[in-house]
Amino acid sequence: MNMEMQTAAAPGAPNTAIQGRAKVVVRKLDFFYGESKALKNINIDLAERSVTAFIGPSGCGKSTLLRVLNRMYDLYPGQRAVGEVLLDGENILSPKVDVNLLRARVGMVFQKPTPFPMSIYDNIAFGIRLYENLPKSEMDGRVETALKGAALWGEVKDKLDASGLSLSGGQQQRLCIARSVAIKPEVILFDEPCSALDPISTAKIEELIDELKEKYTIAIVTHNMQQAGRVSDYTAFMYLGELIEFGETTRMFTSPVEQRTQDYITGRFG
Amino acid sequence: MTMAATLAPQREEAMDRAGALGAFRRSDAIFYWLTRIAALTVLGILGGIILSLVIGAWPAINEFGLGFLTTQRWAPQLEPTPVMGALGPIYGTLLTSFIAMLIAVPIGLGVAIFLTEFCPMSLRRPVALAIELLAGIPSIIYGMWGFFVLGPFLADTFQPFMIATFGQIPLIGAIFAGPPSQLSLFNASLVLAIMILPFITAISRDVFATVPPVLKEAAYGVGCTTWEVVRSVVIPYTSVGVVGGVMLALGRALGETMAVTFIIGNSFKITGSIFAPGTTISAAIASEFAESAGLHQSGLILLGLLLFVLTFAVLAAARLMLMRLELKQGK
Amino acid sequence: MNPIYVSRRRTDAIIRLLCLAAAGIGLLWLALILFSLLWNGLGGLNLAVFTEMTPPPGSTTGGLANAIAGSLILTTIGVAIGAPLGLLAGTWLAEYGRHDRLATVIRFINDILLSAPSIIIGLFIYGLIVVPMGGFSGLAGALALAVIVIPVVVRTTENMLTLVPNTLREASSALGMPRSLVIRRIAYRAARAGIITGVLLATARVAGETAPLLFTALSNQFWSLDITTTMANLPVTINNFVQSPYAYWKQLAWAGALIITFAVLALNIAARVIGGERTTR
Repeated sequence: MNMEMQTAAAPGAPNTAIQGRAKVVVRKLDFFYGESKALKNINIDLAERSVTAFIGPSGCGKSTLLRVLNRMYDLYPGQRAVGEVLLDGENILSPKVDVNLLRARVGMVFQKPTPFPMSIYDNIAFGIRLYENLPKSEMDGRVETALKGAALWGEVKDKLDASGLSLSGGQQQRLCIARSVAIKPEVILFDEPCSALDPISTAKIEELIDELKEKYTIAIVTHNMQQAGRVSDYTAFMYLGELIEFGETTRMFTSPVEQRTQDYITGRFG
Repeated sequence: MTMAATLAPQREEAMDRAGALGAFRRSDAIFYWLTRIAALTVLGILGGIILSLVIGAWPAINEFGLGFLTTQRWAPQLEPTPVMGALGPIYGTLLTSFIAMLIAVPIGLGVAIFLTEFCPMSLRRPVALAIELLAGIPSIIYGMWGFFVLGPFLADTFQPFMIATFGQIPLIGAIFAGPPSQLSLFNASLVLAIMILPFITAISRDVFATVPPVLKEAAYGVGCTTWEVVRSVVIPYTSVGVVGGVMLALGRALGETMAVTFIIGNSFKITGSIFAPGTTISAAIASEFAESAGLHQSGLILLGLLLFVLTFAVLAAARLMLMRLELKQGK
Repeated sequence: MNPIYVSRRRTDAIIRLLCLAAAGIGLLWLALILFSLLWNGLGGLNLAVFTEMTPPPGSTTGGLANAIAGSLILTTIGVAIGAPLGLLAGTWLAEYGRHDRLATVIRFINDILLSAPSIIIGLFIYGLIVVPMGGFSGLAGALALAVIVIPVVVRTTENMLTLVPNTLREASSALGMPRSLVIRRIAYRAARAGIITGVLLATARVAGETAPLLFTALSNQFWSLDITTTMANLPVTINNFVQSPYAYWKQLAWAGALIITFAVLALNIAARVIGGERTTR
């Protein structure tokens, strides 16, 4: 069947969906909120140093999938994942994995900006100090690099002591990205990062994502089809907990194989 | 080595992080158990209260048994065997709380309705704040005011009037019988009422505030007057919470010590008149405990145990009712 | 006009009047209390009240210095013990126990302790500390106050931590921050104002508590900072002086009452300024 070809390959089968090395490999993943099954047999590869977008109507499981990749669901009782998620070949679902270390390697940026109630400087430095003991001068450098990496340095360099909460929504979101980048993750997950932002801030974030993929493997959940088209290399369409179709973004948007994908992309439902 | 260490083989800071992780795991565990033990302390306090009361009251339970509940005489110094009965304090506790609620509930609810529905907007916050602040004044202040100011006033004016007006009527007359007194069950009840008034107002105001504005607007929308909105929307919607709040106030009144001790008269005799001196469980403990010993002390602790059981039942019922209101709100 | 509507309007007006009257009566009583407090208390208030020891019977000089100091000490120790315990317990309820049956039980019991008669707490500490230690002591009094502080702080801490958005916790965890650090560095910081409010309210609550001190700290006539023996304190001193036959003692009682009331009102106002209108009962 055609679908077999386009979705991530079954174990053992040659993978035709992505080019280059797979940083994250998801196999036979099921996810449960208590009794209800939110993800059904997900198989997908995330290509290293590229952007993979997850699209689909609300409740399709795309955010859930993202929250599996850094085991954010661990915070809540009754939520569990079954299957395999390999990060550089290690199964991160294994109970032996230390979730704190995992999350230091797999960063996340949320729908609403979540600056910590502390200064701009400390917002960044806080995460770095978790795993590294740096002298002040080196820390200053790291903070500056992180803020530059998030295209925020110019706007805040004179008020690093101001509260992170004093920034505008778009600036706060870039602060959160800087915070993630500062601890040198390998993968960054974006959970609808622009849905609370105005169009100008959105454009800045999208530009940023484009730069970040030079260094990081990026997964982004978005409701905005144009955004998926603009920023991503690969696109995965999910529906009712299943991965319907996955492939290179240009192909997904121009010639989707599945009828449901086409309906969704053209706005016929969702 | 654990998986954690092998997870990040390519990164140079891997070893660094492994060290940090160990520290994290330890501090996580320590903090979790610290908080958990602290939380269990709350249960420990309850257990400790029950245990210490039962142990302390045991000699008295052995000596007096169930008769303690039905005996009116209180003669802890009697030789050779003391006689102690809780009937007087129980009667006084229930009566003063009942009268206090009779006075404070209608007024307190009235003030709360006034504050949430009738009061001009600009006055709502200051009046509500004043009431909240007054709910925080220590009860000993109310007690000493009752002793120095209210008691003499009542004995000179209100009591003679009531005795003259109702004292001669059969049946009812007994309630208002006797000479006017600065120390009486009624005076204590009134101080208690004044003390729980701000409490009832503050809590009912909170409860009334849980009514979704759309419900009220819908009622106003069909042309209801303010009172009709209160009667047919606000009160039905919040009835469980209001009853819960009132019972919370009752729990306070039953156990209140300092507001009543000065002016109740410390008499264990039951006369039937509300102008006669009496006592409550807490007043009896407060005035006798420090100088008591042996069986006398045990009897007082037994009184405390009775008070605890009584208030626990009332407060538990109150909290269950307030929880039902919260469930309704979908909290 | 429609007769039914006229009668409805009339009912509304009557009720409105009754509620206004209730508010008038309520505020009148409370105004009367504050007035007598100021009238009698200000008359007795002078420098000696703060500098001299509580007087012996019959004396017409003396102040409340030892009682004020004792109250400060007892309240400080009580809060210093009760507040951290309450903070930790509230933390467990809000952060770890949200879906735990045990938490539901603890929350319920805590709410009951919140309004349990304070004289019972006094009896509890009497049995727990005074009897084994062989005598009344300031320490016992402070512990009784701590037991009253705990439920108040537990309640406010839990409420305030519950208000901290989960997204903030997730964002912290997403950096690889361990759970305990998320709570201590992020959640506490976000809930700081509310938690401080809770501690201030608890302090106000115990500052004027009398019943649990009657047979724990007791009282004495002297300047003493030794918490292993009886300790003078304002509430019990007022309690003793009110019922005394001496005019000067009564005058001091009014002055003491005024001091306590002011302290409690100040704490309450400070709590509201810091934490907004939110309160705990």
